[in-house]
Amino acid sequence: MIAETGLAALWLAAALALLQLILSFAGLRGGKPELLAAIRPVAIMQGLLTALAFGLLITLFLRSDMSVLLVATNSHSMKPWLYKFAGTWGNHEGSMLLWVTVMGVAGSAVALFERALRRDTHMATLGAQAAISLGFYAFLLFSSNPFARIAPPPEDGQGLNPLLQDPGLAFHPPTLYLGYVGLSVAFSFAVGALLTRRVDAAFARAMRPWVLGAWILLTLGITAGSYWAYYELGWGGWWFWDPVENASLMPWLAATALLHSVTVLATRDSLRAWTVMLAVVAFSMSMVGTFLVRSGILTSVHAFAVDPSRGSFILALLAIYIGGALALFGWRIGTVREGAPFELVSRETLLVVNNLLLSVILGIVLIGTLYPLMTEAFGHKVSVGAPYFDRIAGPLALSLMVALAVGPLLRWRRDDGRAAARKLLIPLGVAIAVAASIAILAWGRMGLLPFLGLVIAIAVGVASVLPLWGRNLLRTPLFTWGMVVAHLGCAVSMAGMACDSAFTVEKLVAARPGDTISTAGWTLRFVQIMPIAGDNWTALQADMQATRGSSTVAIHPQSRFFSSPPTSTTEAALLTRWNGQLYVVLGEEVDNGRWQMRIWWKPFVTFIWLGGVMIALGGAMALVGRERRGWMLKWKARRRARA
Amino acid sequence: MKAKHQRLILALAALVAIVGAGLLAVSALKDEAAYFYAPNDVKTKGVEPGKAIRLGGMVVKGSLHRAADGVTIGFDVTDGKATVPATFSGIAPDLFKEGSGVVAEGAFDTKGTFVATNLLAKHDERYMPRELEGMTYNETTHEMKKADQ
Repeated sequence: MIAETGLAALWLAAALALLQLILSFAGLRGGKPELLAAIRPVAIMQGLLTALAFGLLITLFLRSDMSVLLVATNSHSMKPWLYKFAGTWGNHEGSMLLWVTVMGVAGSAVALFERALRRDTHMATLGAQAAISLGFYAFLLFSSNPFARIAPPPEDGQGLNPLLQDPGLAFHPPTLYLGYVGLSVAFSFAVGALLTRRVDAAFARAMRPWVLGAWILLTLGITAGSYWAYYELGWGGWWFWDPVENASLMPWLAATALLHSVTVLATRDSLRAWTVMLAVVAFSMSMVGTFLVRSGILTSVHAFAVDPSRGSFILALLAIYIGGALALFGWRIGTVREGAPFELVSRETLLVVNNLLLSVILGIVLIGTLYPLMTEAFGHKVSVGAPYFDRIAGPLALSLMVALAVGPLLRWRRDDGRAAARKLLIPLGVAIAVAASIAILAWGRMGLLPFLGLVIAIAVGVASVLPLWGRNLLRTPLFTWGMVVAHLGCAVSMAGMACDSAFTVEKLVAARPGDTISTAGWTLRFVQIMPIAGDNWTALQADMQATRGSSTVAIHPQSRFFSSPPTSTTEAALLTRWNGQLYVVLGEEVDNGRWQMRIWWKPFVTFIWLGGVMIALGGAMALVGRERRGWMLKWKARRRARA
Repeated sequence: MKAKHQRLILALAALVAIVGAGLLAVSALKDEAAYFYAPNDVKTKGVEPGKAIRLGGMVVKGSLHRAADGVTIGFDVTDGKATVPATFSGIAPDLFKEGSGVVAEGAFDTKGTFVATNLLAKHDERYMPRELEGMTYNETTHEMKKADQ
């Protein structure tokens, strides 16, 4: 019954989406913005139904109902409950249902909470959201039904890919999807504003919180995913330029550009056409990413089991939505008037530089990710890997950081170049000092890119707090603090990346129990190998004592064996200190009782993800700060009206 | 600056950025994208030592041996037409074994041995490196064939 109810909820939600689309269309054509009052409850209901369907699928997984095909092929009754729960979206159908749910819930949030937008644009936005949802409902219902039954039901399920059996699965995909699909709201806003020809500062102020919200979650999702891959794959790397990773990075690059251009539009009423374009591009990148990941046409270390026949369905959706939005853009953009002008030396110019650099990086990642597909169409098999991406994206990211240091120090519209240059003397001095000291201390030990990265990161770290210089810190608005924290986060993250790639010490040994291994200031004593067992796995575990200075800590790297499906994984032992992380992986037994071990000392590697969290936190501060100011203004206005 | 001019300048800047991105990508792809080699490609085209590539093929049966340090292995990679010796220091993936497919990331040393820094083997029975898809290995003749040929 549960599965059938879930399926019915999905069909009903799809029908409501259709109704929502028709109502919006009628309202716009007939010039009746009051129809919005009828559309709102439909959108809210639609979101609730998708949430219900998703909740029911989770229930099926928690109950291990093997009569449902999806549960039977992806779950196992012996799994810990957390992985039964999170396993709901650890497969194609479940993750597409999550996608649709996020889209439906985002639509109801727009219906429920959006108050600043004009009624006609609001209606058009909800209509656009319904139009996108319809395509994905069709995809789910016709080619990826998560509620299909299997008869007769098997005795037990086939289990979940052990690489996914990690608490990371409970957090990373939902957060990433919330951000990824949350960008659909920005897309719908842009389409709505184009339809009603209302691309202006008021529109940007209404759109900004939604962009910011999606961007914060996307940032957190990517950060969490990077850390998860880092400790779970046991390779000691945190970013592999894998297509699946690029699929999440591309929407983030576009959303970051959008976030900055929407601020220009909201504050200064400039960059109108460009902002609308970016809103379209950002969600288009989310859909391209979904296509790449879900169609299985690319090789990925993250190894999803996939069905290529679905690729063409998503490709058709892509063509319709992206093509449609671009056509609408081309048709209507002539009616969008020129925004406010600005001088060459101004904050706007730097934000344009930010946007251009982010777009160029996006283009390069997109080309690199799609290139193997294009050549394969002509019969050549080609891989594009880290050397390509590092070589171009690295220098561009460094230039972007320089723009990040300068931009916040300039005034809107027009500034005196010399005054800004004087402020920049401080970070410039810091950069020179850091460059000189690194050159003296570590010359020849690091490559050019990590060297520049570290120098620029530290200088930008200093520059990013300069906007607070000379201000009353208590009276500085929260959103300014948010900008400072996020920019500082970029510097922190980049410093972590540079230190990891420049100073990591790696040691590879085959050791016997009783042996002592020394590396990078650590002494590791290998005590013994013990067999242990978990709920649905057995493992060989090394007992080790790690000593640095006077403190000794026990660590336990494992090599795990799962029986369903039969797979083994490595569980690295991580020891975090303020200045880095010790990372120990246990390998296999080689001749006469020696065990392979791979040991890394990674100085300041944790800064990479700490920076990511700071960026998201800065976004959250900006969001709360802006919204709170809005509430305060409204509250004051109401009080004045009463008095 | 007049408003009309500003929009034009911004549009031009965007155009330059897009074209620039394309040119940068193309120039880098020319250098880096011929990145996947089968042993026969190595023999016919040649790969300069030190250039980072991916080498893909099957691990020849009986070629796998372990060095005294316990962490370095040597093996031969074949695509049926040519064979290349390779070494790897590190923890090999569990599904890396003789007679099965491998994609190795690394570079050739000056003696013509491929020094792998990373091995990508099948993660599980459902995953196969894309580059090896459709290839089969004949255990008796040590030949590798593309299934569709």
